[in-house]
Amino acid sequence: MTDNRQHRPQTRSLNIGDELFKNLTRFFAALILVLVVLMAYEMAVQSRLTWNKFGLSFLVRSVWDPVQENYGALPFIYGTLVSSFLALLIALPLSIGIAVFLSELAPPWLERPVSFFVELLAGIPSIVYGIWGFFVMVPWIRSAVEPALSSALGSLPLFRGAPYGVGMLSAGIILSIMILPIIASISRDVLRAVPRAQKEAALALGSTRWEATRIAISYARSGILGGAILGLGRALGETMAVTMVIGNRPTISASLFEPGYTMASVLANEFTEATSDMYLSVLIEIALVLFIITIVVNSFARLLVWTVTRRSTQGHT
Amino acid sequence: MKPTIRFRYRKFKSVLLYALCGLSALLAVVPLVLIFYHTLSLGLSAINLDFFIELPKPVGETGGGLANAIVGTLILVGLGSLVSLPVGLMAGMYLSEHGNNPFGATVRFLTDVLNGVPSIVTGVVAYTLVVIPMKHFSAYAGGVALGILMIPTITRTTEEMLRIVPQSLREAALALGIPRWKTTFRIVLTTASGGVITGILLAVARAAGETAPLLFTALNNRFWQTDLSQPMASLTVFIYNYGVSPFSDWIAQAWAGALVLMTMILVLSMAVRIATRSRFGRGT
Repeated sequence: MTDNRQHRPQTRSLNIGDELFKNLTRFFAALILVLVVLMAYEMAVQSRLTWNKFGLSFLVRSVWDPVQENYGALPFIYGTLVSSFLALLIALPLSIGIAVFLSELAPPWLERPVSFFVELLAGIPSIVYGIWGFFVMVPWIRSAVEPALSSALGSLPLFRGAPYGVGMLSAGIILSIMILPIIASISRDVLRAVPRAQKEAALALGSTRWEATRIAISYARSGILGGAILGLGRALGETMAVTMVIGNRPTISASLFEPGYTMASVLANEFTEATSDMYLSVLIEIALVLFIITIVVNSFARLLVWTVTRRSTQGHT
Repeated sequence: MKPTIRFRYRKFKSVLLYALCGLSALLAVVPLVLIFYHTLSLGLSAINLDFFIELPKPVGETGGGLANAIVGTLILVGLGSLVSLPVGLMAGMYLSEHGNNPFGATVRFLTDVLNGVPSIVTGVVAYTLVVIPMKHFSAYAGGVALGILMIPTITRTTEEMLRIVPQSLREAALALGIPRWKTTFRIVLTTASGGVITGILLAVARAAGETAPLLFTALNNRFWQTDLSQPMASLTVFIYNYGVSPFSDWIAQAWAGALVLMTMILVLSMAVRIATRSRFGRGT
């Protein structure tokens, strides 16, 4: 992060090789910029049929009828948001717990393997989560979790209905496992970056260890929030695992037991079946909406994590 | 009296909440253990030599293997590397050596943006860019999709690794009269090569496990295919297709595929971890 190299003597730039090389690398860097713009442009162009026909109302219509060529994206947007927020709701407290455990509690001999396990979780491919979720987790949710939830909290509309197994709840749970590593590892890093003096001051004032930890958590909260939003961004675009456990039915229902559909999974399921131009353009428009949502969410998260870790060292997540 | 009770309550709360933190760490390990256990136990029972050297059998016939899918994954990841390596390495070099300006900051930000783009969206873009003009699914399209996914990882690790190289090394080389580009290429990049290779391997491991961007680019193929302009099988798409099929034989093969895939990826990331730890003292 030093600026030394900006104060090069001017004579350096006389070397033709230098200029060539610099411009060559700049060309490739510019390719990344072009690529991102091209992605947005391509999707915008390929989805103009949908834009011309439905306009913005596409986002709030909830019909999905490929036979009648009548489309709306609301069930998918709803499914994506609900499953992702459900995942965040489950994963965030657990991640903070793990982060506190790793940064404050665990002795090194325990901290290393647990960190390693959590990072291994991040390396498992989505499709493996998918078949595991489909064959192992869904039956367990159907036979144990959903009946228990509906008998305990059945008065709430959230937990009503027949226990299918596949549905919004399963999608939220599998997603929470998948985003746990990213939130936990970022939270651990920002907790470690909290100055010792913060906690020592609290302890000196007679607080218990947990109260000192709470002060550390609130000191690091914007970084933790950034990690959470980064995890949310990951959940929004997650495809295979969700497709296999969410049930893939384009309906909006209050119950978490009911099947749903997400933007990513409708792309995975129906893209190769899209026979008409209109159908294809609708799906590409859904991809564009997903693209925009994830860019907004990720930019916000990056900004938060960046402002926090910039204070300590050159942080990279 | 009162303060003591209050103090005991606070002590108790402290212990309780710390216990909950430990419990959440334990909870996180449970799914990991379960996934490993099920993949291993269900996958091993379907793995045999045929799995690695035979082609998929038609519906109704048992046996067969996914040899073409394993090779297909390697080919697709290879294509992805061909697309992403030049861009990632060169852009990484630019960001580290010449990138302290607004343009560099923009590219850095967009690289992070690209990193957050869902892989299925990358697949859609590869479809519009390659499949629509070619009018059919192809390995090229799959390679482009995987390449786009790999670019951000390679770019950012290359940049970070080159930045770690001490400034004095660059200055020493320049003082000897070596041109700047040669310094970057022969001294800085060589010094950081271990870290750069780590980044590349991480990107490869991630690409090998991707399914979504291949679903409608490389599609799938039940036969040997060496023509890159034709649909190409991949391990991940096979796991998906077999996993959601109603045939128990196929489902068993899906688990076997998952086991092979996990082994590939874990060996790769384990190697990366060991290499990074010994080189830099800490993981990235």
